[in-house]
Amino acid sequence: MSIRSILKTRGELTQNSSAKCPIVMSTRIRLARNLAQYPFPGWAKKTQKEEVLGKCLEVVARIPKIKNPAALRIDELKELERQILFERHLISRELSNEPEGAGVIISANQACSIMINEEDHLRIQVIKNGLHLKRAWNFINSVDSSIEESLDYAYSEHLGYLTACPTNVGTGLRASAMLHLPGLVISGQMEKVVRAVNQLGIAVRGIFGEGSDASGSFFQISNQQTLGESEADIVKRLNSVIGTIIEREEDAREKVLEAESSKIFDKIGRAYGVLKNGYLLSSSEAMNRLSLIRLAVDFGSFPEQSRLLVDRLFIECQPGHVQLKANKEIDLTQRDVLRASFMREAFADLPEPSFDHITR
Amino acid sequence: MAESINCDICSKLATVHLTQIVNGKIHKIDLCETCAKEKGVTDPNGFSLADLLTSGVENEDFEAVHKDLVCEECGFAPEDYKKLGRLGCPRCYENLAPMIAPMLAHMHKGVSHVGKNPENTLIREVSRQKESNIKAQLQLAIEEERYEDAAKLRDQLMQLGEENETSNVH
Repeated sequence: MSIRSILKTRGELTQNSSAKCPIVMSTRIRLARNLAQYPFPGWAKKTQKEEVLGKCLEVVARIPKIKNPAALRIDELKELERQILFERHLISRELSNEPEGAGVIISANQACSIMINEEDHLRIQVIKNGLHLKRAWNFINSVDSSIEESLDYAYSEHLGYLTACPTNVGTGLRASAMLHLPGLVISGQMEKVVRAVNQLGIAVRGIFGEGSDASGSFFQISNQQTLGESEADIVKRLNSVIGTIIEREEDAREKVLEAESSKIFDKIGRAYGVLKNGYLLSSSEAMNRLSLIRLAVDFGSFPEQSRLLVDRLFIECQPGHVQLKANKEIDLTQRDVLRASFMREAFADLPEPSFDHITR
Repeated sequence: MAESINCDICSKLATVHLTQIVNGKIHKIDLCETCAKEKGVTDPNGFSLADLLTSGVENEDFEAVHKDLVCEECGFAPEDYKKLGRLGCPRCYENLAPMIAPMLAHMHKGVSHVGKNPENTLIREVSRQKESNIKAQLQLAIEEERYEDAAKLRDQLMQLGEENETSNVH
């Protein structure tokens, strides 16, 4: 089976942008689960992993909640196909790099993927566009229960769901949200926010490189602890932390607009110029420029419909997806040329940003 | 711009800074981009700060203290955990408890599970236990030539078998 069917269908992350909560790009929950009778994948023999893969594929493919799934063996996928699934957050780097006995089941809308023989026998993941932690939990909870109807999970009354890494034991649940925080980055407040959030047992992942917006100002906020707190409480707490971060980000944007509007308009204008007219574009430059365009959509400087375009381009500007457009593997420079060319195309019809309504 | 901080692993300029507070203790890690990549920090799926925090802890005592521990189910030993950062099988949690319990207390909010249970797994487990109980009783009844009891137990066993059939266990 190839991944073509996945690429043809509307995806949760590429086709579903919502303006309701512009700061939160997406919400994700994953559950780590293991079968009771087998060693964890990192310690299992090849035959054991194959057995686990066979059982899991059979059971998961029959789950009514996951409609028209694609069931893939990683060892049957080409390097580029793995890269594309990784860029779409459907498989992890680890699963891609260790294909022995590894598989994945992906729902047609790409909102649910179940990795088999990654760090744990099963890694169930649900992605939703925007901030929908509760909805994601309800959905993944029911998927998990349907799988468990047919498979005996490794579980102890005292420690909960038993996982390969002790950091996941208990609920096996990691909830996260991908936040777009250019305001906090530009105003130099990100580090302070990270510190405050950490006090609540919540982790922020992101590269605070020189200039600090090297990653497009995206940050993943997630719970770090899984034992001693129920799923509902983890989700509730994360939700409230995210709420606070959103308030801070809105605040920061307002202040940046008040104090340094020309600086920020200049950044947006230049990003627009480069994306519309550039001929060489690396993926990290593309991410950073697109990040500013997304901010400008939030400001109302571009039409709201362009949000969908920008969110799609975040994924399509990744190296694997650029090569998918080329229909073959191409080197770095060729990728930068091609990336710039489809950005020019994508931005050709986008009108210039308008800031009049902000400056009044 | 932030002041320059060196990587905790290789002393190059650190560009990745992570902070976490576990049970009131602040843990700070600064990494350069190469080490961050190596440790999986930049991979949003594969990274856990707790792994980094525990991997460096108490290294010297680690082997001495846990020298005789081994998981009888899968043969996994504490030195394997040091190498892999992951456990061998679900039974390791019991069999290597002296090593794992203090780590859990250090990593998590509590030391016992609160939350969802795998209902069907637990029901099947109970019924398996029931089955092996009846089997033992049946064996005893046969040995003691209590044939009436044995017949009853056999019926119970059959009934249990039918129930399990319908629940379709893998």
